[in-house]
Amino acid sequence: MSRINDVGGMQGFPPVEEEAGEPAFHADWEAHVFALNQALLRHGVYNLDEFRDAIERMPPAEYLTSSYYELWFRAITVLLAEKGVLTEEEMAGG
Amino acid sequence: MSEDHAGPAATLAARVRHLEALLEQRGLIDARELDRSLEAFLARASPANGARVVARAWLDEGFRARLLSDANAALPELGLSMRGGLQEQRLKVVQNTEQQHNVIVCTLCSCYPIALLGPSPTWYKSPAYRSRVVRDPRAVLREFGFELESAVQVNVWDASAETRYMVLPRRPAGTDNLNEQALAALVTRNGLIGVAPA
Repeated sequence: MSRINDVGGMQGFPPVEEEAGEPAFHADWEAHVFALNQALLRHGVYNLDEFRDAIERMPPAEYLTSSYYELWFRAITVLLAEKGVLTEEEMAGG
Repeated sequence: MSEDHAGPAATLAARVRHLEALLEQRGLIDARELDRSLEAFLARASPANGARVVARAWLDEGFRARLLSDANAALPELGLSMRGGLQEQRLKVVQNTEQQHNVIVCTLCSCYPIALLGPSPTWYKSPAYRSRVVRDPRAVLREFGFELESAVQVNVWDASAETRYMVLPRRPAGTDNLNEQALAALVTRNGLIGVAPA
């Protein structure tokens, strides 16, 4: 069965909108999420296939309504909890 | 805290900072290492790299042939490679001609030749582009203001974790007297994706 990320050919999505002069990151936190993921991959906390899988098994409604780096952040926290590195409670506090 | 900083983005920024602090305490990351790797990434990955490849291919037939048959082997001639990430990705360069136009996509996620094109734009990663460009590429090109003649065939290349694609646009007419640098300046990121003529 395909998952929600498998959107090729799916109908009903709106026209493509291009943002003029789009920056590489829209906010500092996005750049931090990007760098954080690179570091965790490099240190072998999880691998790239696990990271992709964590994004692609997101509940469809969450997948479709989250921004790109929101999905990344969510996937990172899911993997850190599953790997026993940090608990959801620790990550939620603060 | 001012009102400007309230809202979901601020919450998310705070959560990211909190997570970074936790991971630093555990010795899993180092904030300076993060900054360095980000700076290095942004300095290295740029559409100017892809543009250089295209300009060379327009000027040098031998290079073009090598690029089209084995891009990974040809890129080092320009000091470039697909080895920027954790593993080398295979690159296939697809050439536009009078009869054929090429467009790239990653329908499943966001695979993209970042080393040659820089960080991908949000629209490339959007479900709208990913779902529609494989069903009706001409309509999607039109949304970019690019009307493709009906006689031209469109090929859509769907990237994967291991294989990435880059478009080799057609050399614009009237550019016979331009040098490599001037030609590279004509090449845009959207041209390398295939949603613009060059």
